[in-house]
Formats: sequence, C-alpha cells, structure tokens
Amino acid sequence: MSTGQSRKYKVIGTRPVRHDGVDKVTGRAKYGADVRLTGMLYAAMLRSPHAHARIKRIDTSKAAAVPGVRAVVTSADLPEQGDRIVELGEGAANMPHLSSNILARDKVLYRGHAVAAVAADNIHIAEEAVKLIQVEYEILPPEMDVVKAMRSGASILHDDLRTEFASPSSGDSGPTNVAKQYLFEKGDVAAGFSRSEVVVEREFDTATVHQGYIEPHNATALWNPDGKITVWMSTQGAFSARQQTAEVLRVPVSSVKVVPMEIGGGFGGKIPIYLPPVAAVLSRKSGRPVKLVMQRADVFEATGPTPGSHIRLKMGVSKDGKIQAAEAWMAFEAGAYPGSPVGMACMCVFACYDIPNGRIEGYDVCVNRPRTFAYRAPGSTHVAFAIESVIDEICQKIGIDPAEFRLKNGAREGTRRVDGPTFPRVGMVETVEAIKNSAHYRTPLTGKNRGRGIASGFWFNVGLKSSVTATVNNDGTVSLVEGSTDIGGTRTSIAMQLAETLGIAAEDVNPTVADTDSVGYTDITGGSRVTFATGIAAVEAAKEIQRQLVERAALLWDCDPKAACYVDGGVQGPDGKRIGFKELAEKLHLTGGAVIGNGTSSAAQQGGAFGTHCVDLEVDPDTGKVQILRYTIAQDAGTAIHPSYVEGQMQGGVVQGIGWALNEEYFYDEQGSMRNATFLDYRMPTTYDVPMIDTIIVEVPDPAHPYGVRGVGEVPICPPPAAIANAIRAAVGVRMRELPMSPPRLLAEILKAQTK
Amino acid sequence: MHAFDYQAPTTLREALELLSKPQQSARPLAGGTDLIDQMRVGRLTPEVVIDIKKIAELNALRVDSGGLHLGAAVPCYRICSERAIIDDYSALVDSCRIIGGVQIQSRASLGGNLCNSGPAGDSIPSLIALQATCLIAGPQGTREVPVESFCTGPGKNVLRTGELLIELRMPRRAPHSGSHYRRMIPRNEMDIAVVGVGASVQLDATGKTIVAARLALGAVAPTPLYAESASQLLAGQPVSDALIAKAAQAAREIVKPISDMRGTAEYRVHVTGVLVQRALQAAIVRARGEACDYRPGH
Amino acid sequence: MSRKRVVSATINGDLVEFLCEPRQTLLEVLRNVLELTGAKEGCSNGNCGACTVLMNGRPVVSCLVLAMEAEGAEIRTIEGVACGSHLDEVQQAFLQGAALQCGICTPGFIMQTEALLAENPQPSEDEIRFYLAGNLCRCTGYDKIVRAVQSAAAQRQQASHSTQATR
Repeated sequence: MSTGQSRKYKVIGTRPVRHDGVDKVTGRAKYGADVRLTGMLYAAMLRSPHAHARIKRIDTSKAAAVPGVRAVVTSADLPEQGDRIVELGEGAANMPHLSSNILARDKVLYRGHAVAAVAADNIHIAEEAVKLIQVEYEILPPEMDVVKAMRSGASILHDDLRTEFASPSSGDSGPTNVAKQYLFEKGDVAAGFSRSEVVVEREFDTATVHQGYIEPHNATALWNPDGKITVWMSTQGAFSARQQTAEVLRVPVSSVKVVPMEIGGGFGGKIPIYLPPVAAVLSRKSGRPVKLVMQRADVFEATGPTPGSHIRLKMGVSKDGKIQAAEAWMAFEAGAYPGSPVGMACMCVFACYDIPNGRIEGYDVCVNRPRTFAYRAPGSTHVAFAIESVIDEICQKIGIDPAEFRLKNGAREGTRRVDGPTFPRVGMVETVEAIKNSAHYRTPLTGKNRGRGIASGFWFNVGLKSSVTATVNNDGTVSLVEGSTDIGGTRTSIAMQLAETLGIAAEDVNPTVADTDSVGYTDITGGSRVTFATGIAAVEAAKEIQRQLVERAALLWDCDPKAACYVDGGVQGPDGKRIGFKELAEKLHLTGGAVIGNGTSSAAQQGGAFGTHCVDLEVDPDTGKVQILRYTIAQDAGTAIHPSYVEGQMQGGVVQGIGWALNEEYFYDEQGSMRNATFLDYRMPTTYDVPMIDTIIVEVPDPAHPYGVRGVGEVPICPPPAAIANAIRAAVGVRMRELPMSPPRLLAEILKAQTK
Repeated sequence: MHAFDYQAPTTLREALELLSKPQQSARPLAGGTDLIDQMRVGRLTPEVVIDIKKIAELNALRVDSGGLHLGAAVPCYRICSERAIIDDYSALVDSCRIIGGVQIQSRASLGGNLCNSGPAGDSIPSLIALQATCLIAGPQGTREVPVESFCTGPGKNVLRTGELLIELRMPRRAPHSGSHYRRMIPRNEMDIAVVGVGASVQLDATGKTIVAARLALGAVAPTPLYAESASQLLAGQPVSDALIAKAAQAAREIVKPISDMRGTAEYRVHVTGVLVQRALQAAIVRARGEACDYRPGH
Repeated sequence: MSRKRVVSATINGDLVEFLCEPRQTLLEVLRNVLELTGAKEGCSNGNCGACTVLMNGRPVVSCLVLAMEAEGAEIRTIEGVACGSHLDEVQQAFLQGAALQCGICTPGFIMQTEALLAENPQPSEDEIRFYLAGNLCRCTGYDKIVRAVQSAAAQRQQASHSTQATR
C-alpha cells in the first residue's frame, strides 16, 4: 500500500523483476563461499576459549607437522601497526585494534577471539590440525557488563586506554575501560524541567544482539608471487575491504583487488573485515589460494554484534502536551575495542521531536565481548526504546493520544536537534499522520490481554561516495557497472534511475557489480545510502550519455549540437527532427564508436528518514509469551524507486526489530562464554512467529536527490521494541524496560504486578 | 569432523556384531539430526557410525492387538501421517510435529530422540504418558525397560555397550482415552522446550470422570519425569478445574529445574503447572472425542 | 579407518557416482565435490534450512545427512527445479513477488516450498508459515515469501485445472 505513489515517472515507482533474480532463484548466483579456484586450500581458525587472557606462548609445530597442512599463521605473521589511525571513508580505524581483532597479539579480549589459522588440503585436515596448536594463557577476570566495567577497580582490557572527554579540560582518566565521552546540550534544561507539569525519568537496558545474516563471513585470497593480492569475498564494501586489507598487511592499496561476490546479508556486520588478511598470509606462505569461511558459532562469538546498553532518560512535558525538556545518559558496550555507536545514539535519541531544552551524555565502554559494529541504524533502536517508552508513559499520564502527542511535538523542517543540526524537509509528522489515518489505527482492538502500541524512529541516512560507469550498446541497451554490492535489489533500483533518466526500460539496463579494479571508488552498501548516492551517480552517468548522444545526433543531422536536446528517450533536433535512443544506439559505430557515461556522487547529504509503527499483540499472562497479531509500518521513503523492495526493507527491518524486542540476546555465563551461539538458541523470528507486515510508503521527496529518494534500509528497525513494549503495557498493564522482553522476564513482571 | 568409519548393516544381527566389536567406539545413526551435529562440534567422536535405517525391525510401524509397535528408526514424518497414531496416540503426533522443523522431521526418529536422552527431548514425555516400553537388543539377548526408566541423566541412559534400542511398544488405548503433548518455547517453532508436558487420560463412558491418567514432564529435571503422584491423584476423580489445578500443583512439587539461557528455574516451575493444566484439558477434550483447537507454539 | 567410498545416487534425475569420506556431509559433497553450490551453508546444524534439498521426495537439511547415506537415494537440489530454461511456478513466484533480498536463503525456501506444495497443494497462510519455520530469512520479514508461496500454489492449481479442462 502506498499513499503518494508517484505517477510522474515512467520507470520509477514500477516493479520490474530484479536483474539478478533468475540467478538467485536457480541457485546459480555465486556467493563468497561458492568460490572455487584451482589448487585451493581450506583454512580453519583457532579461537580463544577465554573471554580475557594474556597469551604467554603459542606453539604451532604439531599442527604444521600434520600431513596435508600447508601453512600456519599467528599474529606474528602480520606486520606491526604502531599506533596508526587510518581514514576508511565511513570513519577512522585504529590500526593496532583492527589488526589485533583479526589475530590476537598479546591478549585475547573475548571468547572466540582469533589466535591462529591453518590452511590444509581440505577443511577436515585444517580443523584437526587447529586443535593441535598449543596456547598458554594467563587467564584474567572478564568484564561483561557495561555499567560494572565503568567502575573503578574494574578489570582493565587495555592498559593504555584513557577516556577521551567531551571537554578536553577534564584531565587524565588513568587506566580505564571508558574510551570516550559524548556530551550535547541545547537551551536551559533545568528551566525546561521546572516549567514541566509532568516529568518522567526511567532507566532502560538492552541486550547485545546480532545482525543474524544467514551467510557466514568468508574470504578466499590469492597472494601472487608478483605481489598482487586478490580477495574474493562477501562484503558490504569492496573498496573498504580492500583498504582495510591493505592497511592490515601494510601493502599499497593498489596491490589488493577485492572481488565482491554475492552477499548473503550484512545489515552493517559485513563492513569490518576479519578474514582477508589471514587468508592472504596463508596464501603467501603456501603459494596457493586459500579459502576461509566462518562457522556459525564464530559469527556469533567473534564478529561485531550491536552493543548492549544502559540508558537513563528523563522528559518534562507541560499540561498541554508540549515537551519542555529532556535529558539522556547512556553507556554502550563497545566490546573488546573502542567504537560503539553511542555517539550516533546520542544524536538520535531526541531526533524525532522538537526539544527546546536538552542534554545528552554518552559513554563508549570496553567489555570482554566481541568488538561491536554497525547493525541497521546503529544506536538508534536502543534509544528509541527508551524515549518512545517514556513518551508512552507521559501520554498515559496526561491522557493524550500517542499519535496526537507525536504530531504536536514531531520534528519538522527547521527543527534543531539537541546535537546541533537543523532538519531540512523531513517526513516525521507525515508518518504519524499515515498511522493515525490507517485502517489499523482506526480499527478498535478487542479481546483479553491484547494491546496496541505505537512508536516512531529516526535515522540520518548518509551520502558518501559512489561511482557508476554506463556504456551504451548498439542494440539499444545500456551496461551499467557499479561499485555498490547488492544486498537487497539495488542493482535494479540503480538501473531504474538510469533508465528513467534515459527514457528507456529498466529491462534494457544491464547492471553489474564490479571489482575494485573495474569501477571507481565506491563506499559501502550501508547507511541507507546506495539507492540515494549510487542512484545520483547513475543519474549523472545518464546525463553524460545524454550529452554525448545529442552530439551524435547532431553529427547525423549535421547541425549544431546546441540546436538539439535529449527529451523523453531520444534526441530532438531542429525542424522537428527526432531520433529515439534505440535507433541512435544502432548508429554508434557510424558516429564515433562507444558512448560511455561516468557518474560520481560525493557531496550529497541525505535529509533523514523517519518511520512510525503500530502493533497489536496478545500476551499469554500465564507464560509471559507475546504473539504479534497485526503490524503496520509507515515510513517516509522520499520517492520509492522500486516499491516492492522498499516494502521489503520495511518488513525486514520490522521483523528484525520484533526479534530484538522479544527474544534475541547474547546469553553469557560468568566466565564470559556465550551460551547460545547457535540459530537454535539465538532466537531470530521464524515465518511462524510473525504476521504479514502492512506497509504504508509515505513520500516526502528529499530535495538532495534528483528524484527525491530517501534511504529506507535502516530506520524500520528502530521503533519495534518500543512499540511492542507500549503494546504490552496496554495489554497487561506492566511496563517492560529491559530487552529482550522474553517470556521469563515478562512473566516475572506480570506476577510481580499481581502480588502488589 | 573427525574421521570415522561408516557401516550400514541390513540385519539386526550384523548391527549388534558391529556394535559389540571390542576396542572400537560405535554409535548408531538413525536420523542423524543430533549425532551429526554432536560429531561436528566434537562432543562425540565414535570410530564407527552404524546406520541402522536399513534394518527391517527398526522401521516397523504397526498397531496390533498388543498395541503400537514403533521401530526405533522410524522418522517423525511417518508417525505423523499414520491414521491409527493420529487417532489413538495423539501425543506422539503432537511431539513429532514439533521436533525441529519439517526437514528435521523427515529424518529424526523417536528412538534417536530417546537415545539422545536430553532432558528436553520432545517425544519422551509423550512416550511416558503413553506408557511405552523400550525393547533393547544386545549381546545377551533382548530386554525391556519402561521408558520412564530409560534416561538416567542428561545425555545418559540405560543402554550398555553393544546394546541397541529396537522398538518402542505402547499398549492398546482404552476407549475414551486422549493424549496431548505441549511445550513452552519462546518462539513458536524451532526451539528446545523450556518446559514440556505429556498427558494421557482415560475417561469413563460419560466423559465426566477420569479413570486413569499419566502425566510426564520434560526439561524440568536431569531426565524427563513421570509425574506419578500427580497422575494418581487424578484417577477415579470427576473432571473439574480444581482437580486439574491440584494435579498441576503436584507436578510443580516434583520438578528440579535449572536456570539457563532457555529460562530460569522459577519460570520453569511456574510454567510446569500452567502446561500441566493445558495438556490435561486438551487430553480430556480429545478423550471425549471432541476437536482440540491446538496450534503448536501458541 | 575412514575409507573413501564410491556412492551412487540420482541427483536431479541423473545417476551420479562420487567418491567421499564418511565424515563428509551431503551438503559438503554437493557443494565441494559435485559443484552444486545452490544449497547454502548457513549454520551447519540444521537450524537455518539454507541447505534444504529433497531426498527421496522429503525435504532434508543436507548439512545433517552423511553423504554415504545418499547411496541409492534420489536427490533434488535447487539446480534441478527449473526445467531447462523454464522456471517453475515457485521460482517464478519468488521472482515476480520480490520474495528475496540477499537471496542466500532462497534456494532453501524454494526447495521447502516444493515439498510443501507436493504434500499440500492448497496450504493456508498458517500452514505455509508452519511448514517454512525451519527456513530462516533475515532480510524479508517473510511477508513476500509467504505471498509468493500462496501465488505459486494458486498458479499450480490453475495449471492443473486447465490441464484437466483440456482432457
């Protein structure tokens, strides 16, 4: 369902079959683990059984002696990094941290931390040999909890870590696990609270959760004797993976070629690299290509989930329902190395609303869990759970409809965020209106133990850099080469923008995702940026093609190119002359050969994405189990290029959010071992756990994109935990402030309320 | 995976010979859905894996005057599609429909589920409720063990080296009988039971009085439990909510659950009572010949 | 001890012989020996369904089958679903209905759907969701997958009705 379905476009807004579709329904598409090279070896990794320990000694001799073993590596085989910080496009990387996360140097900082690797003739030999590597550890106490890890006397992960305070005058913290403090202020918070008739202050906890992509990380590397390294892998960003690999190996970036294979999901988790440098060094040592694929338990234990968090949130509202002041304090688990998304969480927490007076303080804290990385709108879901729950409570206290409250206080064009930036045209209130007017919201919910909740969410969406090369073929089609790996149908959404601009059919564009030697620099597929930024690059490439085709037509007509122009899928010239794209393409060889358009995008900034969700659910008051009955999501997509894949992003994000809300969590024992590192016990929703997810595509075009595109990938994950918590409150009267709201936790709250 | 040998005997005698070869650790393979994973993670490292699916006795599935004969290797999906089992041994079907997903049910057997001896094995409470007997063959001949005595601890059971579980036998069902298995899982499918309850009741001809009942509990102790006192207090009593609540309370009193990633001990105690009530109510509805509106996971 | 042996099986209609070790799973042999990489490895312990194939008509997770167990079996993989260059109704429905995003789970879902529709040609939404619960998808939220299965079932019904009508 769509509210503002664009009719002004021919291609945009239609639903063509995706270009890579047939390969993917026939099993022909090649993903990272499907790579097979002549003479290829298979590698396995040794991982730490301890959450925190010093490595005293590693003896690989027994493993190396196993027949069929061709190479063994440890961190000693990776170059020293010094204390280099390297800019990676979407952020800076601390190289010693990046390198020792790939192979532990003197300490292991989480269970599953990679320690050594073996390449052998087959995977079974490699796995058996890995078991023969002897490591002597000095076991240290693990710090698993974000709040405890901040206390003085906590076990210290990095002896050299000092807090980077928001204000440089705050002095030296001494050895600590607190890597960084964030602080944002706007207006006069104390005055705002004193003007408030209702003030609610609550604390929230969220668990570590994983992106849960079905395809494990993989890399196949060949280090040629000429020094050229080729890596075939599943990655969200081939150029980022190339640079990370080159920096870790300390080789020139041009000596590494990354060939992006099809990728089986990422959601942020396949931006960092774990395997390519290891596979590459194994290849150098063995002289053979080496394939390294993670096991599922490795994916859980040793790749970057999104952090657990502790959040305190206070909001003051006047009797008429206007927010007067708000304050948030939050601490996020960075995992083994600094770098949680707490900074982004700080910027998101109040972003949906016009907050006249606000204060936000955040901390990035190291704990003995895997180094966290991006997961779909990193940081925003955590804080949406907190603020949207507090708002629901306030609405209940002052007796205002929660949709009305959001309309009254929602961010609009010109609203200044507490952290500084002012919004351009955005669609927050439009999404609230869409929910308010939806059949779902207007249908009363009946039945025992049932409740309805709504919540909103925000995500920035990024621009960054993209490149596209498009070549006109003489049969009237266009070959489009792009650097954005396609995780969810972006080949088609990019091809459609090129097709729209050239006035040809989407099916006449043939998109290819190229390796790092074959296309211009392109940032990651992440930040909800591809359809926006790579789309802009495709439009630029199409415009370049238009210019060249005008010249070709002018040549045919023997007229001044200035007298011709590209209109509606063809060139118009003087005296009513017109030649269509196809016809002109057929004459390319007569007019000077190939027509190639290049396009790049680098400066464009997105305006931000908002969504509002409505959920009905039923609680089993005797077991604490929640069934989702009905779910509607309204989201501002700017302009929906391919509505099916826009809906798909919305539906997929919602269901991930439902999993986060109800059951997903890293469950650790006291030694810091994850007890549920399988798909059996890390409980992602199955088909049988969710209903159909109804979608309302709201279209408030983003002025920064030629067709008004807003990224749609991330924001749908933000509201579900809060919407569900609000619905649970409505159903059974208890307010859940800890994620996941699993049956044991919910039942405990229900029983507590009954005995009161 | 470690290296091992694979044998697929076609006769029971051959299988027993292979199993009792000295100086060689052996493990029978039925559906493999537990064994293969346990070998992959290195928890089990048998030197020989003996595929028992080609042995006729282990594939038996028939109901005769003696009751139900269920070969130990019969996969779940066959059990689910057998009319006589659907009608008279419903709890078994309830179990077999939720052991793993459909793909697992194509392979997993009740013999395997029982021999894996997990405290949360979904078929075991049903087998206990239906009064199953295990027929075990070994070097010294065959012996019979009541299913409630089969498991001796998590992953442990009464099988001695060289022995093989051949068949599960369940007595003929009395008229006006009904049975049900249900479990609590956080999702609606694809989970290990946090608590599982199997119930079987026999009513009198009026459908108002319980003649006999058997209740069994999973995932609340080191082994699945036969809830004897709870079962006995139901016998001879008119059906009532109070009676069912009393049975639930009696069941709660015998459980000794642990706290783990699947649930806390307190939660398991509470839910044991809840599920005993629900399982009994469903079994009673079925005993009366009425349809029971049960959706797995709900 | 761990002797390699020749196993013969019918795979996608062809009699195939392959050499394997007892410790190799059917999934490993399909992917690494027979180069049928359509079946995907997502978890290696039967919990994600990405490696689903049909074995003697039943859906199985090939990561939990030893290759040696395939002796004499009939195996159908995603590579054997299309008839020549003609996609079948299920593939067509997934394609038309945008029922995939990254596509890694798609082969498993298609195989499981083939099994479902063979067993139950007109499944309800609840029956579809229950039957597909052993297949995890992290991208789509399942909505479009369930709709694709409904559409494939309808297409197949229609096709069989029109076949009957012409008889």
